[in-house]
Amino acid sequence: MATQQTQTLGRILVAPAVVVLFVWMIVPLAMTIYFSLLNYNLLNPGAESFAGFDNYYYFLTDPAFLASLGNTLVLVGSVLAITLVLGTLVALLLDQTVIGRSIVRLMVIAPFFVMPTVSALVWKNLLMNPVSGLFAWLATAVGLQPVDWFAQVPLLSIVLIVSWEWLPFASLILLTALQSLDEEQREAAEMDGAGAVSSFVYITLPHLARPITVVLLIETIFLLSVFAEIFVTTGGGPGLQTTNIAFLVYSQALIQYDVGTASAGGLVAVVIANILAFFLVRIVGRNLEA
Amino acid sequence: MARRSSTARTLVTTLAAWIVGGIIFFPILWMVLTSFKTELEAFAMPPSLLFFHWTTENYATVQSRSDYLLHAMNSIVIAGGSTLIATAIAIPAAWSMAFAPTRRTRDVLLWMLSTKMMPPVGVLVPIYLICRDTGLLDTRTGLVIVLCLGNLPIVVWMLFTYFKEIPRDILEAARMDGATIGRELVYVLLPMAVPGIASTLLLNVILAWNEAFWTLNLSTSEAAPLTVFIASYSSPEGLFWAKLSAASTLAVAPILVLGWFSQRQLVRGLTFGAVK
Repeated sequence: MATQQTQTLGRILVAPAVVVLFVWMIVPLAMTIYFSLLNYNLLNPGAESFAGFDNYYYFLTDPAFLASLGNTLVLVGSVLAITLVLGTLVALLLDQTVIGRSIVRLMVIAPFFVMPTVSALVWKNLLMNPVSGLFAWLATAVGLQPVDWFAQVPLLSIVLIVSWEWLPFASLILLTALQSLDEEQREAAEMDGAGAVSSFVYITLPHLARPITVVLLIETIFLLSVFAEIFVTTGGGPGLQTTNIAFLVYSQALIQYDVGTASAGGLVAVVIANILAFFLVRIVGRNLEA
Repeated sequence: MARRSSTARTLVTTLAAWIVGGIIFFPILWMVLTSFKTELEAFAMPPSLLFFHWTTENYATVQSRSDYLLHAMNSIVIAGGSTLIATAIAIPAAWSMAFAPTRRTRDVLLWMLSTKMMPPVGVLVPIYLICRDTGLLDTRTGLVIVLCLGNLPIVVWMLFTYFKEIPRDILEAARMDGATIGRELVYVLLPMAVPGIASTLLLNVILAWNEAFWTLNLSTSEAAPLTVFIASYSSPEGLFWAKLSAASTLAVAPILVLGWFSQRQLVRGLTFGAVK
């Protein structure tokens, strides 16, 4: 449809973005691959030597790897489950007749705009502190023993904080989708005697399939790389209890200065993300005609 | 909403919605309230909700003790600069993909999306070393470049979905009337493209402002934006809740306001146009 001339022009216009992104992706990735094959520690400059696949062996057989892989999956899985279930409920609630709905929607969406370091520190100190935190006060008020969140259930604490950050995203997207649902279809179903439950299962839920897969895909991309929340609250501890893959690679690179192992770990993280992305894109692809 | 609802039902749903909204918003409200307390009252048990001695001294202390304005300026420069450069690179690309798509356009777009799936830790080591060796570590320039590249795929996608909706008939009409490509751009397309470009700028400023992987790893003091500045309150000896709350409120407030204005664009931008 386009003439030869506009096609050439088109290539010239697209080129800067493509070239810049290509360089941004390929050069560092190639360097990571190269470093991952070296014995290379920043504390020992000039002593680099070829290591073959030793770094991969060290990284993958390190007990820290399995622990952090487990933590990553628990973190991603629980936050997805929590935000999707609660997000659907919040969206259904806000889709009803609510006086002052736009204000409620502002309150629901707000946490998404809070920077991760603020969310994490506000939750850790003001809410979850075992002595002076608000949760501790609530627990004592109803006669319970206050929970020492970051000592007793550190990973759950991170899950709660990250869920709070991502619940608005899920709610807002599902609400937007619900509002585009044809009201007449639902009314017709009600006239035909469909109850609230069956109208939800047979009409609303299928309509939400696409936005839910979108939420699933996008949250997974971001949740695999959760970093700041762990960095400012637990530093991966106690022990390895809140270390995810992202944090493990960070600590090998910038705390132990072990460039070789960190690079191998970085590539393992890329592979894991790609495996998940592959399956997700297949699932999403069915619902998502780009 | 054409559904007939009884008054009782409306009251119940309204009440439930306000309670749910209140719970979700509460941590932010609590942070703002705590920022106006004295350090002693911030720790007090039982905590007081409203009836405490309101003070603004925390805000003054945050500035005088830690040079808040420097970090705020860093955030503005980094978020604004990276967004502007990314948009400048993305506009021609999104433009030509929307108006003169080729057989490869779809692949290029999906490839750009896939770069976003690469976890940043995968390239942490080389980016850190490149920045160290080129003197870009802890500089605004370094962070502007890195965040610009990191957000470029989202910018291209957002702009693409907006540009695609500009009706082509208008172009043809203008061409029939003898408009040159230059005039076509300035008088016909630009006015129609401005809202989309503005939304894209807004959303990406928000994303860059809150970005906390590269900023934490590539800056420490001189170029540290607010994300890193707030992280400095995580050290055990620096746990002053009222001051943490004041600094946090200042860091969050401007972007919260921008964010509230961009709710619709947020859905569209972050879902790459899949949900509108």
